[in-house]
Amino acid sequence: MRRDTRLAYPYVVWMVIFIAVPLLIVAYFAFTDKTGQFTLDNLRQIGEYAPVFLRSLLLAARATVICLVLAFPAAWWLSRLRANHQRIMLMLVMLPMWMNFLLRTYAWMTLLENNGLLNRLFGAMHLFDLVNGVNAALNGLFGCSLPTGITYFPMINTSGAVVLGMVYNYLPYMILPLYTIMVKIDNSEIEAAQDLGANTRMILTRVLIPMSTPGISTGITMVFVPSVSTFIISRMLGGGGNMLVGDLIELQFLGNSYNYNLGSAMSLVLMVIVLLCMGVTNTSGGEDGIEGVV
Amino acid sequence: MEHPVVVSLQDIVVDFDGEPVLTGLSLDIHDKEFVTFLGPSGCGKTTTLRVIGGFVQPKSGRVLFDGQDITNLPPYKRHVNTVFQKYALFPHLNVFENVAFGLRLKSRDEKAIRSQVLQMLEVVGLKGFERRRVTTLSGGQQQRVAIARGLVNRPRVLLLDEPLGALDLKLRKEMQLELKRLQQALEITFIYVTHDQEEALTMSDTVVVMNGGLIQQIGSPEDIYNEPTNAFVADFIGESNILNGVMHRDFLVEFAGREFTCVDKGFAPNQLVQVVVRPEDIQVVPAIQGQLTGVVRDVIFKGVHFEMHVEQGDFEWIIHSTRASQPGEMIGMCIGPDEIHIMPREE
Repeated sequence: MRRDTRLAYPYVVWMVIFIAVPLLIVAYFAFTDKTGQFTLDNLRQIGEYAPVFLRSLLLAARATVICLVLAFPAAWWLSRLRANHQRIMLMLVMLPMWMNFLLRTYAWMTLLENNGLLNRLFGAMHLFDLVNGVNAALNGLFGCSLPTGITYFPMINTSGAVVLGMVYNYLPYMILPLYTIMVKIDNSEIEAAQDLGANTRMILTRVLIPMSTPGISTGITMVFVPSVSTFIISRMLGGGGNMLVGDLIELQFLGNSYNYNLGSAMSLVLMVIVLLCMGVTNTSGGEDGIEGVV
Repeated sequence: MEHPVVVSLQDIVVDFDGEPVLTGLSLDIHDKEFVTFLGPSGCGKTTTLRVIGGFVQPKSGRVLFDGQDITNLPPYKRHVNTVFQKYALFPHLNVFENVAFGLRLKSRDEKAIRSQVLQMLEVVGLKGFERRRVTTLSGGQQQRVAIARGLVNRPRVLLLDEPLGALDLKLRKEMQLELKRLQQALEITFIYVTHDQEEALTMSDTVVVMNGGLIQQIGSPEDIYNEPTNAFVADFIGESNILNGVMHRDFLVEFAGREFTCVDKGFAPNQLVQVVVRPEDIQVVPAIQGQLTGVVRDVIFKGVHFEMHVEQGDFEWIIHSTRASQPGEMIGMCIGPDEIHIMPREE
């Protein structure tokens, strides 16, 4: 046993230096002002930024739900493939993760821009002409005032683009924990449910979803937490109008507002919110906890 | 005693990826019967069971249930329940909820569900286990939960796919008797799949011996053992000495270089036949008194009896005897007319 404890020392030291100490520093700054005096002003000031916090939570929640809806059937399909096909498909799922996160997000910028690849493609397909034509017809028939001069769809700098970026970047983190749980579900368990009178919907609600719960809660955590604290995705795809908590915090440390006391307080509040959310998903996930971590 | 037919398979053909598994199988299963599909692995017995359960769609042929065609009916609409080989219990539910699973899909009457589940748990000897997680149960207990989970729905037919395969010998024997008792008490048709011939003989009213996707013989355990229709059945059910012979006329057969009187008749004169003699039916006598003489190769102690391999001409006989001879000893063998079973020889 003693040997086991000693093996953990390097990591414990690492944890203390790079996680515990910084956390304490963050807490210290959050509760002091620029002169080092104890104060609760920083926390009080956060109230002004409530809309940003709310937007972060909302967009992250939206991205998480979309990831879950996309990943659940995909992971099930993956887990039913033959073993060698599973390996290939899993590699394809993870393939985007091999490329730098920033590059991937830049790629979406060039795709979504107003004169970007997608809009040019739509133009080549005469999609705008079609929409303009339909709008004009509707205006004529019903007296609507729909725009008839569309030359592009505004996609970049919308909250939708931010959610898209989150889903694209974090989808594998939902698929993998679901897959690791689902691959352990035997076909005979599904057959047993059918045998006992369960139709497809009942199999889903009474067997498949309950049995995948550990994977679902792990996946939610692994998508929601990075989504709620991201600042690159929102800056690159969301423009100025979709600032998230991450951007706000970054602004306090590296940006013009330069107020690391306020930044620390924001980080602390975000951390508490995230911990609360994780607590909720993990208690609803049953006693197996985060068993599905890859 | 003959009950009406409950399940009827008509000319069932199944193949997996072009590989034939069942090639035109037809079979009637009567109500309240304990029927066993017996055969080596890959003989199609489990596939036949899955066709009845609805998990395998036959390429052609019909499945009738009470005279109704259910060939295209999905499993959840069939009045049969299955006990799976690996139990397939739901790990996220406790014992009570596993057993209640089927009932809850059909009814919301909590009181009725509760009493039925508790009663069934008592029947399978798991009273007091309701709150236990299924993953904490032993193999035998899990098996009982699986059986209770099927039986609680009061199916007309219960399908059992080698349910005792994972249990140790002693527990298996106990469960065999218990299953038989359950089947008789509840008056439900059991269709049981096994490769264990002893298990089949112990429990069944009817044994269906299968090989290569075809039925080799259907009969009572006694029929199957005493009157095998071909060499495969004779060999698969218990040990046997199978020799080529010639049926000279009624009641007279020649094999192992000698003529024997037998009780079989109705063969063509000098028809080529196969002769089956069970190892326990050969009497060991002093060499000069034997109809046949041979040299004992080896003697193996098997508990109740000794198994001896005896070389006679170019044939090696298996003999079960309560008295051991010495290896190398010359012994005589006697075979009574009743102990000789004759089958037409296959090409």
